[in-house]
Amino acid sequence: MLIGKQLAFRYPHHNWIVRNFDIAIAPSEVVGLFGPSGFGKTTLSKLLAGYLTPTQGQVTIDNSPLPDRGYCPVQMVFQNPELAVNPRWRIRKILAEKQPPDRFLLNALSIHPSWLDRYPHELSGGELQRVAVARVLNPATRYLIADEMTAMLDANTQALIWHMVLDYVRSHNIGLLVISHDAALIKRVCNRAINLMQVGTSR
Amino acid sequence: MATSFLRRRPAIRFNRRQITLWSIALCTLFLVAIVFSNRFIGDTGLDPALTQRNQPPSLAHLFGTDWLGRDMLTRSLHGMSLSVRVGLLAAGFSAIIGTGLGLMAGTLGGKVDAVITWIIDVFFSLPHLVLLIMISFALGGGTEGVIIAVALTHWTSLARIIRAETLQVNSSDYVQLSYKFGRSPFWIARHHMLPHVIPQLLVGLILLFPHAILHEAALSFIGIGLSPHTPAIGIILAESMRNLSTGYWWVGVLPGLLLLLAVQAFDTLGENVRALIDPKTSQG
Repeated sequence: MLIGKQLAFRYPHHNWIVRNFDIAIAPSEVVGLFGPSGFGKTTLSKLLAGYLTPTQGQVTIDNSPLPDRGYCPVQMVFQNPELAVNPRWRIRKILAEKQPPDRFLLNALSIHPSWLDRYPHELSGGELQRVAVARVLNPATRYLIADEMTAMLDANTQALIWHMVLDYVRSHNIGLLVISHDAALIKRVCNRAINLMQVGTSR
Repeated sequence: MATSFLRRRPAIRFNRRQITLWSIALCTLFLVAIVFSNRFIGDTGLDPALTQRNQPPSLAHLFGTDWLGRDMLTRSLHGMSLSVRVGLLAAGFSAIIGTGLGLMAGTLGGKVDAVITWIIDVFFSLPHLVLLIMISFALGGGTEGVIIAVALTHWTSLARIIRAETLQVNSSDYVQLSYKFGRSPFWIARHHMLPHVIPQLLVGLILLFPHAILHEAALSFIGIGLSPHTPAIGIILAESMRNLSTGYWWVGVLPGLLLLLAVQAFDTLGENVRALIDPKTSQG
């Protein structure tokens, strides 16, 4: 279980962004997190993935805190793939940053072998997001946080990525947190959803 | 398409990549030729020949002769050879120090960053030339003195730029992700930061190179750099100041042009190498 307990976060001398937030995600469960802009969706995902340290409360995996070093079992897919890849690396190196990717995975995401020698600016946003997804889908990942993963993409690419990710998550027993402001998407892919408007974070 | 194009116009056409590679090759060749020119030309032209004083450029003396009858082409090439070596060494060391400290400050942050920023500020607060003179004097002058003095005083601005660049890259999504992938700060500095700062490094190196030559000239001018009979370009130019008003233009103009060409060659070299490294232009 990935558990966030009484999570609270604020930057020094600023208002609380997130307060008293509880969440639990079981392996192979798909949980949606829904809410309008400015309700701390991205902050919550960064807290759960260890990018930010909570001001209060803690995040645990199977009752132990997130590791400081080494590969983090909770991985995140960012909203803007252009910012999530090093513009000076070729796709081959980007994909292999953790470990060289599985050929079946590349096929499933229709990542063409000819892309491997290109630079990120030579791919489109949807193509890059598929690369970013392929990068985190490896055996060491146990929980995946998709922060507006497909908000910027066209319908075809959205469908392709979600089919692939949901298949992978089910077959590999991975817990998935889907963060979005798109209620229809959350309804379609998630087992259950948390509405930040009802839970209330900061305001 | 390309073949029919070639068939219609048999003249040799280069694409952009070939032009870049050719520019790099030509500039490198020119600089290497200057560095080793003193070996081929020999020392004979350096001896005074009072019968041939103050001669304008001719076939026998392409750059003319000075007031002691020394061949200016020989002196200029000897001087450029020495200056290019001094400049390259000093600028190279400076760039290495600047990059190393800038990367450390930006990647490790915290106390390391505070200490390095403090050292940079200390160097910035001291007058540049005074520090140069002091270091050079403390080392007993000479070529090594100049190289070490220039290397030790010129790394600060580059280090600041590279630190800022590193800090910016450090907060980007892909570097944060790299930490979550379990990569160490050193791995990240080597693989994520270094490719990013290489353009800055090249520009810094190019800007430092003429600086180093000019400071070498300045130190030589006040007598703690190279000894006055060494044919360094700075000394030649300083000497020529006296001759300009008396009509012996070639003594200053031609060596000056040679210096200009060398610096320009270095500049073109840097531009083209950068174009080759940058992903946005490297495959064009």
